[in-house]
Amino acid sequence: MSKRILTIFMVVFVLFLYAPTLLLPIFAFNDSTFIAFPLSGFTFDWFASLGAAVELRGAAINSLIIASISAVTATTLALLASSATVRYRFPGKGIMIGAIMVPMFLPEIVIGVSLLTVVLLAGFQLSIYTIIMGHTLICTPFSIAILRSSFQQLDPSMEEASLDLGESRFSTFRRVTLPLIMPGVISSLLIAFTISLDEFVIAFFLSGTEPTLPVYIWSQLRFPRKIPSVMALGTLLLLLSICLLTLSEIFRRRSARRLGQKDNGGAW
Amino acid sequence: MIELSNIEKYYGDYHALRDVSCQIKKGEFFSLLGPSGSGKTTLLRAIAGFEGIDSGAVMIGGQSMAGVPPNKRPTNMVFQSYAIFPHMNVAQNVAYGLRAQRLSKTQTAEMVNKSLDKVGLAGYGERAAHALSGGQRQRVALARALILKPKVLLLDEPLSALDRKLREEMQSELRHLQRSLGITFVLVTHDQEEALTMSDRVAVMFEGQIAQLGTPQSLYKRPTSKRVAQFFGSMNILKAEVRAAQNGVVITQIEGLGVAEIPQDLAPDIQGSSVCVGVRPELMTVLDDDQDAYDKETPAVVTDIEYRGELTYYDVKFEGLDTPVVVSMRNTTNREIKKIGQQVRIGWENASAVLLLDQ
Repeated sequence: MSKRILTIFMVVFVLFLYAPTLLLPIFAFNDSTFIAFPLSGFTFDWFASLGAAVELRGAAINSLIIASISAVTATTLALLASSATVRYRFPGKGIMIGAIMVPMFLPEIVIGVSLLTVVLLAGFQLSIYTIIMGHTLICTPFSIAILRSSFQQLDPSMEEASLDLGESRFSTFRRVTLPLIMPGVISSLLIAFTISLDEFVIAFFLSGTEPTLPVYIWSQLRFPRKIPSVMALGTLLLLLSICLLTLSEIFRRRSARRLGQKDNGGAW
Repeated sequence: MIELSNIEKYYGDYHALRDVSCQIKKGEFFSLLGPSGSGKTTLLRAIAGFEGIDSGAVMIGGQSMAGVPPNKRPTNMVFQSYAIFPHMNVAQNVAYGLRAQRLSKTQTAEMVNKSLDKVGLAGYGERAAHALSGGQRQRVALARALILKPKVLLLDEPLSALDRKLREEMQSELRHLQRSLGITFVLVTHDQEEALTMSDRVAVMFEGQIAQLGTPQSLYKRPTSKRVAQFFGSMNILKAEVRAAQNGVVITQIEGLGVAEIPQDLAPDIQGSSVCVGVRPELMTVLDDDQDAYDKETPAVVTDIEYRGELTYYDVKFEGLDTPVVVSMRNTTNREIKKIGQQVRIGWENASAVLLLDQ
């Protein structure tokens, strides 16, 4: 009896999570500008229309550039901060970690408004670089959370052994540290990339004349005619996310197996 | 080979090494022995260059190591966790330190094979690091360090993770390896048996200080303090009073046992002072009636018996002594085991007793 309730609960839970997402591909292939059942026919038109939308292509490229650069910058900063805070003791360390992690909990609208103020006061033009700045700020705490745990799992005698065998600090990082924390680095890159890709509020404040994909999508929602195209675009993004997630999971499992670690199932 | 002089090391308020000085000779198997927290690992890491020291000096091969990082020191280390790189196979692990020498592929492979052969792992080169057992990991760690031909090999509790049988096997193997290579080995261990069986000399450490340094025999036979005496095997500690000290003999009145002329060279001014005397259980004998070849003989009563196969441990009570004294006897075919409550005579020698003067 209670087992059946649990089963029903699980099915409802999964439906609640994924059913709205599944509507996306359904209406993306529906031959009607109205988002309503019953479906009227099958078409590829909405996908074809994406090819012709120059603005959309520009926004997509902006988003990809911003997400890539933010992910790399956040991960690099997090590498430095994690290796320092995990391995060394120094005054003010706790406060520093706290200060770095705070943007994770600050409302994005607060970050967006304050960054906009700073950028305008400093006399900069709004551009994709200002968005990269904002995204790096919000991605870095996530990257640090991931990489700190990678460094904590790393046996410090691994690096000492490398030094002891004659390698310099830099080549120790390249030959031992980096390969051993690589799963963490990949996770960090993917998480930061994903966060930046779908972030709206900060991008909206800082975007100026070059919108990111979410900002562009938002602007299109005002035109009901365009909604099916947005659905098609959403479907493509959904596919991309699934591919990225699958890739990262495959990579994580492979490296866990290679390092002889026990597979603990979950990704992050 | 290694000269440590007046080394001091603090971790915040904690005084980890206190005025440590000693010399380790070339080609010697030297052990740092002590309980956890005694500073033995810190000292080893100071030699390797992983720990800075607050004052004093580390010299290796006549050169000061001040400011020399671990990768520039003529030492290599076998870590307690072995630190085998998990993302490389056995051969890549062993060849790790050879990169700076810019050898050809065939030269490298040849050296790796030779090195693996030396530690008994010939043919294991292609194995993945995580597919190795504890003993094999340790051998890889050894091969990886020895391939660089270090002047000194540092070993941080290398046997503590192994089971008993394997540990004993590795003890003799390490000893043979050290003899055949002639490299100076410095071993850190908390296991006194390990230190005794493997080392040429042992430094016993307590609370950041070297309490006593000497050969295994001298440490076991002539400990200078209670703590060292009790760290190696068991030792009966008795109170005593010094009557006189002259010509390398200390005449001592030992409580329960009586007067002993202990062969120990001390200044005469020790006369009259209260001291501690140690007597090993195996250096006293429960006498049978017809045996009488001992310097001294003291009557006692058996209060407890512990039969351990090879040996029998007797708790015996001497007159005028509250706590029982332990005497061990080898069980031979003819020797009869005494009974509790039986009156016996305990035979002992002047040289059975050792003065424990250091605090």
